[in-house]
Amino acid sequence: MEKNTNLFEYVLRMGDDSLILGHRVSEWCGHGPILEEDIALTNISLDLIGQATNLLEYAGEIEGKGRDGDAIAFLRCDREYKNLLLVEQTNGDFGKTMMRQFFFDAFRRLLFERLLKSSDIQLAAIADKSLKETKYHLKHSSEWMIRLGDGTDESHSRIQDSLDSLWKYTNELFFMDEVDFSLIKEGIIPSMDGIQEEWLVYVTSILEEATLSIPTNNWKQEGGRIGKHTEHLGFILAELQYMQRAYPNMKW
Amino acid sequence: MKEVNITELERRFQEKIDNDIKIEPRDWMPEEYRQTLIRQISQHAHSEIVGMLPEGNWITRAPNLRRKAVLLAKVQDEAGHGLYLYSAVETLGADREATIDDLHTGKAKYSSIFNYPTTSWADMGSIGWLVDGAAIMNQVPICRCSYGPYARAMVRVCKEESFHQRQGFEIISLLAQGTPEQKAMAQESFNRFWWPAIMMFGPNDADSKHTAQSMKWKIKRNTNDELRQMFIDVTVPQAEMIGLTIPDKDLKFNKETGHYETGPIDWDEFWEVVKGNGPCNKERVDARRKAKEDGLWVREAAMAYAEKRKVKNAS
Ligand SMILES: [Fe+2]
Ligand SMILES: [Fe+2]
Ligand SMILES: [Fe+2]
Repeated sequence: MEKNTNLFEYVLRMGDDSLILGHRVSEWCGHGPILEEDIALTNISLDLIGQATNLLEYAGEIEGKGRDGDAIAFLRCDREYKNLLLVEQTNGDFGKTMMRQFFFDAFRRLLFERLLKSSDIQLAAIADKSLKETKYHLKHSSEWMIRLGDGTDESHSRIQDSLDSLWKYTNELFFMDEVDFSLIKEGIIPSMDGIQEEWLVYVTSILEEATLSIPTNNWKQEGGRIGKHTEHLGFILAELQYMQRAYPNMKW
Repeated sequence: MKEVNITELERRFQEKIDNDIKIEPRDWMPEEYRQTLIRQISQHAHSEIVGMLPEGNWITRAPNLRRKAVLLAKVQDEAGHGLYLYSAVETLGADREATIDDLHTGKAKYSSIFNYPTTSWADMGSIGWLVDGAAIMNQVPICRCSYGPYARAMVRVCKEESFHQRQGFEIISLLAQGTPEQKAMAQESFNRFWWPAIMMFGPNDADSKHTAQSMKWKIKRNTNDELRQMFIDVTVPQAEMIGLTIPDKDLKFNKETGHYETGPIDWDEFWEVVKGNGPCNKERVDARRKAKEDGLWVREAAMAYAEKRKVKNAS
């Protein structure tokens, strides 16, 4: 029972990350800087919404109260969403969107690689499917880091600004509480410690190649994992939930 | 020798067309044929791209996860159609970015259906069902168009369009058979999209100045009115089947001809929208122009980086 509550919470957190980031990236659709990127961004969003569907459906099964993925995705109040603050941040310019994606992809790749060995078969299967997509997303976002960082003076200064403004949200990627500790003990999820180190090595190497510098200021922001969000989430939910709230209990 | 003159080239060109031999990019073609194709294919490409906006509008508000994913995939397909079509334009020696700039300055047109707003979720159904449905009617004959690259692009595009049409019809039929609020939403949307959809085939044959030449060149294989009639004949029974009312009190079935006959089409509205006076013309073009302007620094960075790489690799 305890295990189920923890696993539910954990899967919900991951599902919400995919859902909210998928929502943000989808806002680009039709407005990308070049047609090929419009297609790439839409594709990333589609992958994330697919992951959210798998994860939130699974969360509903674990919970066992009859909620399906849609009920969980669309019918909670803001404090019940457990996504990282990073993923709810606004798109900003294309560089900021890519910086947010880069931090997230680098984290997700390491996480999914380890979850392949999870003792929870379903979680391992979702990780397997999502890892392929995530590797592609990471390749894409890493390449943009380098191009924008080492492109023109303007692109360098814009992407450095995005790095400066988003860095404070990266510590939360490695957040752990009792939920994680108990699942780690059971071999369901990996410890974050090794992940954080590897993440930093990878991110540093790409940002160095991009001629960008990591902020030295250690100010950190977190709260999403326990339902304490930034101002942005409310607006996301207003759009996300609009139909389900305005026309309750209908089939679409 | 020089006197393998224009008339002779034109004669051979028309002979190929009459024998249904495809014209390929390297073949000789009359300048007017080339220009007509550049205009038509780039308009088609712009329609795919501008068409992403009214639907993109509802992605963040889609009512459930499955619909959200299907809509994302659909809009992504439209972007892909735009890409193949711009490539087809380039085979004619035109520059993709230059044709896009013509869209942004208002010189180039696109399908005027996309100048109507999408104000309810049901519009995602109406667009798939009616707009993609009308597009298929228009485009299936283009799969046999005389210009090879355009014909081949259309084969690929039409497969995806029929998937879009089916999923749009699924959305609208679910609503039309749903709760009273959903039925009302479906009917209200249908009322707004019916007439603009039948105008998508363009002016009546009598007022369509390019038709005769385009038919002779097999760029166009059917007239506007023929295609419109096919669309109406297919769509009216579908609407009736799911319980929607056609917003045309004069609509009747002619037993002798076997065709539906509609009331008068409001061509004044059509020409106003074509001229730029539709509800969303300015919003659509502004959104596209803004995307290009906001993306300038990104494209410049990518070019500058590629240039630096080239220099590095050379040394
Ligand atoms: Fe299309
Ligand atoms: Fe089309
Ligand atoms: Fe389509």
